Amino acid sequence: MDVLLSILIDGVIYASWLFIVALGLTLVFGVLRMLNIAHGSLYAIGAYAAASMVALFNGLGLPAPFSLLAMLIAALAVAVALAPLLERGLLRLFYGRDEVLILLVTYAVFLMLEDISKLIWGVNPYFVFEPRQLFGNLEFAGLYYVGYDLLLIVLAVVCGLATWFGLNRTRIGKIVLAVIHNRELSAAMGVNVARVYMLAFFVGVFLAALAGAFTSPLISVQPGISVSVIILSFAVVIIGGLGSIPGAAIGALIVGIARAAAVYQLPEAEIFIIYLVMAVVLIFRPEGLFQRVQARKV
Amino acid sequence: MSKQRPAKTALKSLLTTGAAVLAFSGPLAGMAVAETFKIGVVTFLSGQAAESFGVPAWDGGKLLIDKLNAGEVPPPYDTPGFGGIEIEPIVIDEAGGATKQVQEFRNLVQREGVDAVVGYVSSGDCLAVSPVADELQALTILYDCGTPRVFEDGSYEYVFRTAAHATMDNVALARYLKAQGVEVDSIAGINQDYAWGHDSWRDFTASMAQIYPDATVEAELFPAFGAGQYGTEVSALMRQGVDVVHSSLWGGDLQALILQASPRGMFQRSQGVLSAADHVIPPLGNNMPEGLIIGARGAYGLLSPDTPLNRWWFETYEAEYGVIPVQAPYRMVQALFGLKTAVEKAMDANGGSKPTADEIREQLRGLEWESPGGTITMALGNGHQAIQPTAIGRTVRDGDGNVVIGDIQRFAAECVNPPADQNSTDWINAGFPGAVCE
Repeated sequence: MDVLLSILIDGVIYASWLFIVALGLTLVFGVLRMLNIAHGSLYAIGAYAAASMVALFNGLGLPAPFSLLAMLIAALAVAVALAPLLERGLLRLFYGRDEVLILLVTYAVFLMLEDISKLIWGVNPYFVFEPRQLFGNLEFAGLYYVGYDLLLIVLAVVCGLATWFGLNRTRIGKIVLAVIHNRELSAAMGVNVARVYMLAFFVGVFLAALAGAFTSPLISVQPGISVSVIILSFAVVIIGGLGSIPGAAIGALIVGIARAAAVYQLPEAEIFIIYLVMAVVLIFRPEGLFQRVQARKV
Repeated sequence: MSKQRPAKTALKSLLTTGAAVLAFSGPLAGMAVAETFKIGVVTFLSGQAAESFGVPAWDGGKLLIDKLNAGEVPPPYDTPGFGGIEIEPIVIDEAGGATKQVQEFRNLVQREGVDAVVGYVSSGDCLAVSPVADELQALTILYDCGTPRVFEDGSYEYVFRTAAHATMDNVALARYLKAQGVEVDSIAGINQDYAWGHDSWRDFTASMAQIYPDATVEAELFPAFGAGQYGTEVSALMRQGVDVVHSSLWGGDLQALILQASPRGMFQRSQGVLSAADHVIPPLGNNMPEGLIIGARGAYGLLSPDTPLNRWWFETYEAEYGVIPVQAPYRMVQALFGLKTAVEKAMDANGGSKPTADEIREQLRGLEWESPGGTITMALGNGHQAIQPTAIGRTVRDGDGNVVIGDIQRFAAECVNPPADQNSTDWINAGFPGAVCE
């Protein structure tokens, strides 16, 4: 029973992290119809920016809880700096073009951002200890868990609900949904489609950077972190169905819990299990778990 | 036709000028350029292994080459350069995979005309480059990579490895546990899912089976290289509650594991045993937990012996870079000292002229020399593979509260490396026959 509970807790923590990354990817695909490979780099830049911002706050002598604020500001700063530049400066030129071409363009952006990160932050790893020490330890099922890790679950729920609420319960959200349904008709009705795309891409970049920022206290922030995260989050959105927020949530949970179960029960299958789950889902639902239901919604 | 004339004239004058420049610069260049010993240095300058291994190794190499060229290294290495010949390094980034490295290797040998290549952190690169080195008859010194397979599965004429392979690290860890009286009934491992992780775990469990025959293996975890997050693995290992948790993780992965496992008390529940961990002490600082048993893949850094050569090296590096030297720069200087010794022996034999690759490899085979980490002997692989003494210790806090290494125990090279005629795995499984542990 304890083992089962541990698998569940570990799986949900991992899934929360994955969901925050996959949420931005899902939103951008849902609105812009763009599989954004550069999402992985934006995650990494968020992590680097958070590491730098926390160090800056510490240098200013601000109390430790301010490091959470520093991480939030870092994510926002990344979105403000990069989202308009990428969307207005480059990606808008490819809207409506072949999806493979867009994939290649975002891959090119990914490569450029990787090198830019190295130029700015070098190859040495960065650490952010402070935020992870803020919430102490909690005991579940005979094991200690770091409070900060459990905070990721809360953050994932907040991000998921806020995105859902923003899309379904606000005026701007309904405009976004209208654009998703029919871009031309929305434009004819006076909707500024370019602004909607810009907004969706901004939120997507912010979510990627936020995931990176709040992951930075868990890992050593170094070159290469963008690659594994983009592969995993693609697996999640494919399982869940491209463009579906509930799909991303369920996909993340399936991947997280399957991976945790494998680590406990069949460690040699830990890496393989994610792709096995994806293969099984795609055999029965080639469009992903939620694609049909949510095809016109995000 | 008339339109072409100015272009033709311009081309003609350019060629004439070029020829004149070449005619004059040839003899001048010949007079200006003195003979040098060109070394192609290949190490990770970018990517995940750069911070832990590649960059500090090259920092060490660069510093030593400067000091050697200036004749500022203590005896027996006080001759300037290599026997008076200035050393000229060309550094290449090892990132990019084995195919790219084979191409870079050919460039170094065939275009740059290097006299020797010193390089390779990645075992995959070592395995890929070695046959090409023999094909091109290019003297090649593998300075860092750990796989025993280079000379256990292959045989090369122009390839040498001046550092011990990874078997030594895990045999020494098992011996250390026994010597320190650590009771071990159960073990578990978390190692990266590639050759290094699997080989390290295989050698450790095999050594433990000999030294602690009753100990059981309770968990074998192989997360992906660069996984970064180990929360689930830490939970699974803690739930097993084994006596010893072994890991050969390195660099950012190891730092992440330590940062994630420490606050959850994994190292209080189980004895952490880390085969290649000294290099994470400087970046982690006081976040490095006490009581971890760690190795440095040789008697390096905080585990290095107190000899005049080592004192000079340690202090010179620390003064230059403001940080202590860890394992990678030690292995780099070990290779350069070995090459210097072989080159100078070859020069003694040929009357003092710059030696050929064949003359140097004759001297390198079976060579013995002093390095900051101890005496290096090319004892295995038909004289092409080094063995060396090593040391294992435990992390403790010194009087100033800094994490250092205490309870250091040293192991002779012949105690933790197989004899010349035996394969590493066979030697461990047979109960270390022929081991000489003083």
